[in-house]
Amino acid sequence: MTTTIQPGAGTPDRQPEGKDLADTPQVIRHSKAKSGPGSASLGVRIVLLLLCLLWVVPVLGLLISSFRTRDAQFSSGWWSAIANPLDFTQWTMSNYSQVLSDNQSGVNMGQAFVNSLIVTIPATVIPILIAAFAAYAFTFMEWKGRDIVFVLIVGLLVVPNQVALLPILKLYNALGLNGQFIAVWLAHIGFGMPLAVYILRNYMASLPRAVIESAKIDGASHFTTFWRLIMPMSTPALASFAIFQFLWVWNDLLISLIFLGRGDNTIATVALQGMQGQTGQGRELIPSAGFVTIIIPILVFLSLQRYFIRGMTSGAVKG
Amino acid sequence: MAIKLINAVLAIVGGIGGAMILFWILNKLAESLRGKWEDRVKPWMFAGPAILAIGTYLIFPALQTIHDSFANDQTTAYVGLKNYTDLLGEKDFRNVLVNNLLWIIIVPALTVIFGLGVAVLADRLQPRAEKLAKTVIFLPMAISMVGAATIWRSIYEYQPVGTPQTGLLNAIMGLFGRDPVYWYSVDNLKLNSLLLMVILIWTQVGYSMVLLSSAIKAVPEDTIEAGRIDGAGEKRIFFSIVVPQIWPTVVTVFITVLIGVMKVFDVVFVTTNGNYNTDVVGRRFYAEMFTYRNFGYAATIVVLLMLAITPVLVYQVRQFRREEANR
Repeated sequence: MTTTIQPGAGTPDRQPEGKDLADTPQVIRHSKAKSGPGSASLGVRIVLLLLCLLWVVPVLGLLISSFRTRDAQFSSGWWSAIANPLDFTQWTMSNYSQVLSDNQSGVNMGQAFVNSLIVTIPATVIPILIAAFAAYAFTFMEWKGRDIVFVLIVGLLVVPNQVALLPILKLYNALGLNGQFIAVWLAHIGFGMPLAVYILRNYMASLPRAVIESAKIDGASHFTTFWRLIMPMSTPALASFAIFQFLWVWNDLLISLIFLGRGDNTIATVALQGMQGQTGQGRELIPSAGFVTIIIPILVFLSLQRYFIRGMTSGAVKG
Repeated sequence: MAIKLINAVLAIVGGIGGAMILFWILNKLAESLRGKWEDRVKPWMFAGPAILAIGTYLIFPALQTIHDSFANDQTTAYVGLKNYTDLLGEKDFRNVLVNNLLWIIIVPALTVIFGLGVAVLADRLQPRAEKLAKTVIFLPMAISMVGAATIWRSIYEYQPVGTPQTGLLNAIMGLFGRDPVYWYSVDNLKLNSLLLMVILIWTQVGYSMVLLSSAIKAVPEDTIEAGRIDGAGEKRIFFSIVVPQIWPTVVTVFITVLIGVMKVFDVVFVTTNGNYNTDVVGRRFYAEMFTYRNFGYAATIVVLLMLAITPVLVYQVRQFRREEANR
């Protein structure tokens, strides 16, 4: 019945403003449809461009600085390198080669980087299995107290980790675990558990019941159903949690600062934080150290964005 | 280094293998029970390890912290409510609370507004441009707060008067013939706190944008069309038709960012370490725990934080119950 012509995905945007619909004879009295792909006006484009610049410029500044010599970094702003990029005396790779080994700043980023990997991988992989079993019990088994325990877990999602730091530190002191990797592995497993159980359980609850019922009728035990059926079907949710936990552990400062400290086992974020106050020698290494710290999460994020977004839209919160 | 790597590999293999064997044994144990007992015990075998982890790392410490908040600095004697009255009576601490309040109002609000703005505007670009713009805005989500604070040095950095400025903001000041400013120290109108908030907002807008964008795309086209037929302008359509339909998502985003901001620590710790009147609860907690070694105060601060978060917790549980009812 309507006579509208919606600007579709292929609608050229160079049509003069206001002419696209007003000139179509069939349209009666009608406000203009100004939304939809390709309909952005020049003003909208400029605003978005400025916003994107605001988002990119700080990173660009750091990236440029990280490749400039100490002299260049402190004799002119990083933006002046954009004006004369061909002045090769300002460029150097030595910031990176220095920061990745022992140097005057006292921070060996190469080692911290390896430590970050050592902390992050087990702390990401181990909780998945534990959480998956629990999520299965919460979804496919009937037991007394199930709903209360799960609601408790939902509540714990928002409880800040700070709650645990002092008692756990005392506990670790008593057990002599402070400064060792196992201290942070266990802490991250514990702190990540509510979110893991929550994401996986919500996903499992959306799986078709009929499949599980038929497995039961065929005589499959819970254990078999879990391994053969539920785990393979839950891959997207497992991936979502994995990327969350990976980013969260890699980017964490507080937990590693407290339980690992600044010794040989220190991780990249803690090391980078320690460099911030640097005023003398080694100060020129901060930008390159920053990049060493953020490169892995950015790569992981870009390659697995899809799963990350899926996890976010399914309501993941972390306290 | 080699030993460390071997340890890490052992931890991965041992952790995963160990967990598998554990569940296999637990399952066998449950199966060895007869009839009804097998069904009764098995769920606890499956969920047990997770519940144990949560109990050890969240529930037990929470109770211990509440207990410690009524004890003295070394937890050797009870002091009643003294920690609470001391802290709340202290001018510095009240300042910390005011700062935190500003953080939890301004950061979630601006995050939602910017995210909504980008979502709405980028929706009108061609698909490829939209994807590019969104990736750019989204990317900082992957970056740690320490990394973000390091990145923002290229904007906020300060060098003494007369030396070349290395921060963009001070370079711009120089263009107008002004002296450079050590931005982190300017607490007029809480400017320094606001500049720190910018860093956090910069990392969070992507999250808000993604959620709001998918909510906007899910708004039924015919409701918008109906508005157009009635002659409503774009603004009117947005505020009277789109916003009410995406409101639940707006609330979700606001609350999620709020939870993160309440315990904000990293960005303040890395930049000002709480100096120049920028201190927040999370940073003060760390200072009480490590710098002053006053465990009573540290525990009390956490309890106050938990109290503040309780309404959010109640909301979260209610929201979950509602979703379950719709399942």
